[in-house]
Amino acid sequence: MSEPIQTDVVIIGAGPAGLFAVFELGLLDLKAHLIDILDRPGGQCTELYPEKPIYDIPGLPVVTGQELVDRLMEQIKPFAPTFHFGEQAAGLTKLPDGRWKLTTDSGKELIAPVIVVAAGAGSFVPKRPPIPGIEAYEGTSVHYAVRKMDSFAGKNVLIAGGGDSALDWTLNLAPIAKSLTLIHHRDGFRAQAHSVNQMRELVAAGKVNFHVASVKALHGQNGQLAAATLAGHDKKEWQIDADAFLPFFGLTIKLGPIAEFGIGLHENLIPVDTAKFESEQPGIFGIGDIITYPGKLKLILSSFHEAALMAQAAFHICRPNEKLRFQYTTSSSNLQKKLGVS
Amino acid sequence: MKIYATDRDGKEIEIEGREGWTIMEMLRDAGLPVAAECGGACACATCQVYVEDGWYEKLTPPADMEVDMLDMALAVEPNSRLSCQLVCSEELDGIKVTLAPE
Ligand SMILES: Cc1cc2nc3c(=O)[nH]c(=O)nc-3n(C[C@H](O)[C@H](O)[C@H](O)COP(=O)(O)OP(=O)(O)OC[C@H]3O[C@@H](n4cnc5c(N)ncnc54)[C@H](O)[C@@H]3O)c2cc1C
Ligand code: FES
Repeated sequence: MSEPIQTDVVIIGAGPAGLFAVFELGLLDLKAHLIDILDRPGGQCTELYPEKPIYDIPGLPVVTGQELVDRLMEQIKPFAPTFHFGEQAAGLTKLPDGRWKLTTDSGKELIAPVIVVAAGAGSFVPKRPPIPGIEAYEGTSVHYAVRKMDSFAGKNVLIAGGGDSALDWTLNLAPIAKSLTLIHHRDGFRAQAHSVNQMRELVAAGKVNFHVASVKALHGQNGQLAAATLAGHDKKEWQIDADAFLPFFGLTIKLGPIAEFGIGLHENLIPVDTAKFESEQPGIFGIGDIITYPGKLKLILSSFHEAALMAQAAFHICRPNEKLRFQYTTSSSNLQKKLGVS
Repeated sequence: MKIYATDRDGKEIEIEGREGWTIMEMLRDAGLPVAAECGGACACATCQVYVEDGWYEKLTPPADMEVDMLDMALAVEPNSRLSCQLVCSEELDGIKVTLAPE
């Protein structure tokens, strides 16, 4: 096991709130590490509406979700934050010296005097089809992502979905699987046209089975899948051999481990004060959609303000013996040096 | 106008629909557990409902965007719609919908 990482601030969530927090902390010389279960920055902006325009970011009359995130990434670049993508913040404990130790689901440990929860509505996780007992097969036979293609060689693979992931993995796994069955609720796909055409060629050549159907039941033992019951729209059911099932229905948001962090969650939101944006636990702050206070609006611009005030309070915890100087980026050569512009 | 919505336990409730609002908004307003993660932007497929036979046919057919998004919904049936794409109007007075599983 590697040594715990020690830093000033650990931010949970790399959505717009978490990203801008890096900037406000950076101006005060505080170093930040960010954790996000997604494999890229942006939270809801890039996951739910990358191409859609936002019209209420002050000073930017129109900007798409992706563009806003790209700009935030550019803005925080001088502060060289460390990103831990593809990891979920799983546990939080207080150390005897008053600092916090955050553990990720992959076992990484980060120690800091300040934790900032910028977790939005929670973690983006794969949608789980409503099939009784599916949990028992997850990780062994049911996978929401393909990590090692080889592990599907010689297997009877069942894929569900109609988007790019479903089609891409149908094309990639068909040559190595023993059999490959693709099911979808209609004979039409939102995936790229050329992948759909390639899939149809494989079906015509007898290399892929395609059915307009859904999975009604999974059969197997000790987490090892053996067969699946499929049902068509006419309610007719039949069984096929299946050693692996890959459902690809995109992501959904689940609150996740934050619920167990002991930070006084109220209706899945963290109550904070509006001077420091600190939770009931000293040193644990909250910003963005995850927090609640009288008058809270779930807007990106509000999260920017919250980040600025949080950073001031975080400074006093991280640097108890230093005095905080209020400065403008326009006129402070000190701040401009940090930003790399002077 | 009235909307009749059946929740995931099979209980039906009557909701007063507001002209111009979406059925998703009315369901949430009535306290039903519709996730609607994207707030009605047709970007999440977590507001799916099944529309009772007879009513499905009366609706404006789904736009391409909705058809695409339904591909990301779970347990889709031929009468599935995304409730954020259904706008309340007098023509829909009495419509019956059932929440799709979570
Ligand atoms: C379709 C749509 C349109 C919108 N339009 C606007 C608009 O025009 N203007 C506006 O101001 N706002 C708009 N919003 C709202 C805006 O997107 C949110 O207010 C904003 O994204 C909140 O930012 P956040 O950083 O607090 O949370 P999020 O963007 O939700 O990011 C939180 C991140 O934290 C991660 N996370 C959570 N828990 C964990 C954990 N335990 N471990 C690891 N990672 C975790 C999540 O995976 C996620 O990436 C819109 C939202 C939607 C869905
Ligand atoms: S609320 Fe997201 S698709 Fe309807």
